[in-house]
Amino acid sequence: MPSVATLAFDYVPALPEIVLLVSACAVLMIDLFVPEPRRHVSYWLTLLSVAATASAILYVFHNTPVRTFGNMFVADAFGDVLNFLTCLTVILMLVYSRGYLAARGLFRGETFVLAMFALLGMMVMISANHFLTLYLGLELMSLSLYALVALHRESGTAVEAAMKYFVLGALASGLLLYGMSMIYGATGTLEINRVTTIIFGGHANRTILIFGLVFVVSAIAFKLGAVPYHMWVPDVYQGAPTAITLFIGTAPEFAAFAFMTRMLVGSLAAVAFDWQGMLIVLSLLSMIVGNVIAISQSNVKRMLAYSAIANMGFMLMGFLAANVNGYSAAMFYVVTYVMSSLAGFGLVLLLSRAGFEAENLDDFKGLNQRSPWYAFLMLLAMFSLAGVPPTVGFYAKFAVIEAAVDVGLVWLAVVAVLASLIGAFYYVRIVKLMYFDDPVDKAPLAARSDMQVLLSLNGLSLLFFGIFPQQLMGMCVVALTRSY
Amino acid sequence: MTAQTVIFYAFAAILVFAALRVITSRNPVHSALWLVLSFFSSAGVWMLLHAEFLAIALVLVYVGAVMVLFLFVVMMLDVNFDKMREGFRGYIPVGATVGLLILVEMALVLIGGYLPAGATPSPGQTGPGYSNTSALGRQIYTDYAFPFEIAAVILLVAIIAAIALTHRTRRETKYQNPNEQVKVSRADRLRIIDMPLEKKE
Amino acid sequence: MDELLLPAQRLFGAAWPTVWTLAKIIAITVPLILCVAYLTLVERKVIGWMQVRIGPNRVGPLGLLQPFADVFKLIFKEIVVPTGASRTLFFVAPVLSIGPALAAWAVIPFDDGLVLANVNAGLLYILAMTSVGVYGVILAGWASNSKYAFLGCLRSAAQIVSYEIAMGFALVGVLMAASSLNISDIVRNQSGGLSHWYIWPLFPLFVVYLVSGIAETNRHPFDVAEGESEIVAGFHVEYSGVAFAVFFLAEYMNMILISALASIMFLGGWLSPWPTIPDGLPWLLLKMCAVLFIFLWIRATFPRYRYDQIMRLGWKVFIPITLVWIVFLGAMMQTRWAYLFH
Repeated sequence: MPSVATLAFDYVPALPEIVLLVSACAVLMIDLFVPEPRRHVSYWLTLLSVAATASAILYVFHNTPVRTFGNMFVADAFGDVLNFLTCLTVILMLVYSRGYLAARGLFRGETFVLAMFALLGMMVMISANHFLTLYLGLELMSLSLYALVALHRESGTAVEAAMKYFVLGALASGLLLYGMSMIYGATGTLEINRVTTIIFGGHANRTILIFGLVFVVSAIAFKLGAVPYHMWVPDVYQGAPTAITLFIGTAPEFAAFAFMTRMLVGSLAAVAFDWQGMLIVLSLLSMIVGNVIAISQSNVKRMLAYSAIANMGFMLMGFLAANVNGYSAAMFYVVTYVMSSLAGFGLVLLLSRAGFEAENLDDFKGLNQRSPWYAFLMLLAMFSLAGVPPTVGFYAKFAVIEAAVDVGLVWLAVVAVLASLIGAFYYVRIVKLMYFDDPVDKAPLAARSDMQVLLSLNGLSLLFFGIFPQQLMGMCVVALTRSY
Repeated sequence: MTAQTVIFYAFAAILVFAALRVITSRNPVHSALWLVLSFFSSAGVWMLLHAEFLAIALVLVYVGAVMVLFLFVVMMLDVNFDKMREGFRGYIPVGATVGLLILVEMALVLIGGYLPAGATPSPGQTGPGYSNTSALGRQIYTDYAFPFEIAAVILLVAIIAAIALTHRTRRETKYQNPNEQVKVSRADRLRIIDMPLEKKE
Repeated sequence: MDELLLPAQRLFGAAWPTVWTLAKIIAITVPLILCVAYLTLVERKVIGWMQVRIGPNRVGPLGLLQPFADVFKLIFKEIVVPTGASRTLFFVAPVLSIGPALAAWAVIPFDDGLVLANVNAGLLYILAMTSVGVYGVILAGWASNSKYAFLGCLRSAAQIVSYEIAMGFALVGVLMAASSLNISDIVRNQSGGLSHWYIWPLFPLFVVYLVSGIAETNRHPFDVAEGESEIVAGFHVEYSGVAFAVFFLAEYMNMILISALASIMFLGGWLSPWPTIPDGLPWLLLKMCAVLFIFLWIRATFPRYRYDQIMRLGWKVFIPITLVWIVFLGAMMQTRWAYLFH
């Protein structure tokens, strides 16, 4: 009998992931025995599991980076903050979409379990310290999301969206793997921090490295939905059930941001000059194309998709400054974008009923007369996405533009300001529809009380952090400086 | 040229030929079978590299399971490739130009860019008791335990997704419920009605 | 032995290793084909006796020449290729079904050291080879251009692929107990008499393996693939003459292979039941005969399963059983009763 090597790993840093995986499997099993009318048991168990995961993150919070599982997993302040925010987003998404899912026969155990596995994939990506885990986390997340989009099988558009998402996502994965293999060929390692040391040591073949970098940046742009890799975003946002669109448009942004940070800052910081140029192109195109095309959209989900593209362009502008200021501005931007997007899609969900999809801009007509409070919340979300002063979106845009100006990219900052002026038009159009037009349907909006409370908090937080952004910004700076 | 080199070139030639036939043959079932052949020949190449576990796993998983299901689907679907290929010729000039350009660009970047041969140590000779399989197993369950588990979760998600997307209770299908059938009593099926006698007119 | 071979070695010179391997292959294949011939006779006899009939008794004494009569009949029959059949694949299919059935014998040890290829990953090799056999069935069904053949091939391929999983898991239990993939080592680990055979600690896996083996070979009561009452003869309905004989040969050869594997993995292979009695090839043959008899016995006893029942048995009964037992085995190996499971 040969001696067996023991698995002497430090499991504590991965406690949140372990909690989530175990509880996802448990919910999967329990759901089998829950009769149809009591499906809410699985729903509450899911919420409980994600909440438990979030508390586990707080419990193990790391001020200094800890690596485990043979250096494949890293737990640091950056990862913990993003993991925690992702968990919160998923909780909000579950609460917001309950009524919508139930009305469409999607209030099912599989939806919850797939959402949990998608969350697990995001967390794995966020805490990855190895190209292999980065890729596996990405696949875990993407696979769950493809399935979630396709879950509404009666809807032809959902299946079509899932197909497009899947095919283009697979293409992006291919690009990523190709890029990673190039970087491996140049450096001889897949471990993120060893890649940095090898490049700084001057042992890497630079041509191959840059060649791989092109593929990696393309894959990241795909996942973020930055122009010219944005083709899937409008179709998927529009085709997917709105609850799933809400999910796709929010939590994965954290994961994609972490992915980009781990890849570009964690392992390829030495070639920052090279990816900076690529990101400038992506950022510029995204801001212009996203904002201009969004104007001509009459479908809310499609409009928000182009808004997502444009916002990712702004985020990239902060990131490409390639210094701590830029990274934390970009992180702040992602956090605020997700907050605003959650509120915006939450309102779209609220407008939809059984058999009716609130997809057209006209559905927002006269919302103020129907439910003034919700109209106000939507106003906050739109102002925040547009970057209108008292809301947090203004500060976020300000921070990324400042970061770009600091590194001398004044022309880019000017373009950004112009783009956001164009963008303000279509956000304000919704506000105009809500406040100055007459409603077609006069019934006030009804929502469960838990959703009312969370949605109101979500909307008001846009205002609160807009007036007091220092705390949130401080958190981003601390998370980044303690990790990189 | 040693026997091993000859075998390698034989396998490699079959592999390339079979792979070409996968995309050129008109019948999708034939394409799938050519793919099986190319899996087999790549398994042979891996065997020559002493990667016996990978070679056998390739046959076991891809040839023995994946391709069987592939063939199943292809046979059932009755795909008409000729119809799909309509208008294909029109795209050839553009496609070929783009493909060639990418190829040339990549070649320019990559030629001579890789680590020279011998830069990484070769695996070296192994003793007779050395088992590729157990070495691989040890790696997977120790150093690579974390990615291995995540890969397992991905497979689990694939199962859940496949079942959730395809399994549904069809409303038009009528099922028997033996439980109910057994429990049936006379009262459920038979009703005795009291009818007044009718006189013959 | 080696001295006796010296003249032959000198005669062939450099080609000797190839010639010697070929000779060994022939030494395995020819008896195997004879075994298949007589297995068909035994099958008919045994089932006859069980049904209070005599069975074949006209050709030769006690009907002993019956298999040869069958073979000659098949050889002289015309091979009919159906219209619209895919000719190449139609003829490739029988070859693909018998090839793996023969190739798997390369790693079967008949006695200590008496094995064609003593490879480390023998068990994996066997699994790979048996999983490839399904192509013969699929291609035969597809290439025949006949709906009966196609239905039969779909049924049988789905069945084979499903039961392969349970079978593979059953063998995983064996490799856990033996902690080796080398088949000779697996047998050697069972030495020490009857009580050391793996059938005891792995009893559920043995049962699963045996039943899956029957299902793998499309034998009764799992022979819906050739369910006579519904689809005539399933995937080989369009085959006649020698092509049909090859399918027949493959099926029986697979049966013998399954019985050999069951004897090796669970019943101690060439080892004798008591340490005092010398080991050797006769023990393996005896065990194989016993397993084969069980196959025939089952065929004569049980009615045919319905197709959905077959699938349910495979996926919902056997796979969970094997999985649970593998986990149980792994857990027990960490306790102080571990010696019971090695």
